[in-house]
Amino acid sequence: MHRWVLRALGLSYLGVLLAAPVGLVFWRTFEHGVGPAWDAVTTPAAKHAFVVTITIAAIAVPANTIFGVICALAIVRRRFPGKGILNALVDLPLALSPVVVGLAFLLLYGRNGWFGSWLTEHGVQIVFALPGMILVTIFVSLPFVVREVVPVLHEIGTEQEQAAATLGASGFQTFRRVTLPAIRWAVGYGVVLTTARALGEFGAVSVVSGHVVGKTETMTLHVEESYQSFDYVGAYAASVVLALLAISTLLAMSLFKPKEEIR
Amino acid sequence: MGLATAYLSLIVLLPLAALVWHAGKAGRSGFWEAVSDPQAVSALKLTLAVSAVVCLVNAVMGTVVAWILVRDRFPGQGVVNAIIDLPFALPTIVAGLTLLALYGPNGPVGVNVAFSRTAVFLALLFVTLPFVIRTVQPVLLELDRDMEEAAASLGAGPLLTFRHIVFPNVFPAILSGVALAFARAIGEFGAVVLISGNLPFKTEVASVFIFGQIESGDAPGAAAVSVVILFISFAVLLAIGALRRLTTRHDRA
Repeated sequence: MHRWVLRALGLSYLGVLLAAPVGLVFWRTFEHGVGPAWDAVTTPAAKHAFVVTITIAAIAVPANTIFGVICALAIVRRRFPGKGILNALVDLPLALSPVVVGLAFLLLYGRNGWFGSWLTEHGVQIVFALPGMILVTIFVSLPFVVREVVPVLHEIGTEQEQAAATLGASGFQTFRRVTLPAIRWAVGYGVVLTTARALGEFGAVSVVSGHVVGKTETMTLHVEESYQSFDYVGAYAASVVLALLAISTLLAMSLFKPKEEIR
Repeated sequence: MGLATAYLSLIVLLPLAALVWHAGKAGRSGFWEAVSDPQAVSALKLTLAVSAVVCLVNAVMGTVVAWILVRDRFPGQGVVNAIIDLPFALPTIVAGLTLLALYGPNGPVGVNVAFSRTAVFLALLFVTLPFVIRTVQPVLLELDRDMEEAAASLGAGPLLTFRHIVFPNVFPAILSGVALAFARAIGEFGAVVLISGNLPFKTEVASVFIFGQIESGDAPGAAAVSVVILFISFAVLLAIGALRRLTTRHDRA
């Protein structure tokens, strides 16, 4: 008996909170056919927002992948003063409000920020432009590769790396032939999570973007802008594009996850 | 490994240093004035109160969902397990919009919670849904069922077995899931911004208040409230770390 009660309780909770709202947005988008939805996501503003989002992710994800692996190696393999602080810094973006992140960059590179007057003098614009949006995206998506790679590095130990070194391999050769193949699934999983976060970031980007339609508007900002200007079809259609990206992320995650667990 | 330290300092430490510096620029009295502003206090109170309730619901429902995913067998279980992570992958603004579509003014079920505190509660519940489930699930999977069977054979009912055998084992996992959910809830912005209506003293949460201060040009005020949020987040993070060390030491023993 209690088995059925628990099952009904758990499933209806997920249905009411998760499945029904997401399902409804899909239904609302396509209730008048594919035509209007397609038109809504191919307006110049929507297409430009898509390009901006992809551009930001195309820079933030590789940057966080390369430095994520370097940071993970530093945390696991090296001993140096301030390592504890480094470790805590890596986790901080996970727990910090995106709006606070945006504000922090505003106070660093904005008009009244630390580097504000120097940047204005030299004609460099960081906030209310693409560079600022890229920087905050790097901030919020920074922990994922590090957090996935660190436990794997701990687990594989250093024996094989030491063996390679005694056989005369250089540091880079050891990394490429021994370390990298061992951590590649963890890196892949981290990259998927980083990409999802980079494509979906809203709060931090909203603060530093300045909301210039057709210039600094990402997909997520486009959803909000469309909704606020009562273009519900546009908002729903853009949401569906983002939701489909999220679902492909889940699929990619399940692709990487089992292999990692078998390891 | 100077490269790693330099990258993290540049991306994470420097902006946060600028934030703290700007918050303290007006001195202790200026900081206190910004933080004790009635609208700021009301936003902070609402955020902490709703987050606490959200954590309670998560602790109970997250455990129930983790339980049916591990101990129950039903058709479609794989799909249910897969969609749990959707709130992690879905952009927050889309999460807010989906809730608004169903529970907003034009919703098909005739329930309209938009611009109320219930809306804030729902939005935070949505974005924090996976945390407790995903921390409890692996612990339940590894839990030895011999103890439960022994309890049952000694005449304990399901409730008694759960209270004395299962619950003490999964409690640390529930706690660490709740802490993660709390850290997430107090900073949430995207999911709340459309559905809450952002009414000062009623539905305005801390991050939305900070956003409003930035828009109206009061950066020092925004920075002061941000520092409060920053310290709460940091404290939660430290608590999670301590909890994790405690439980892993327990495992090894």
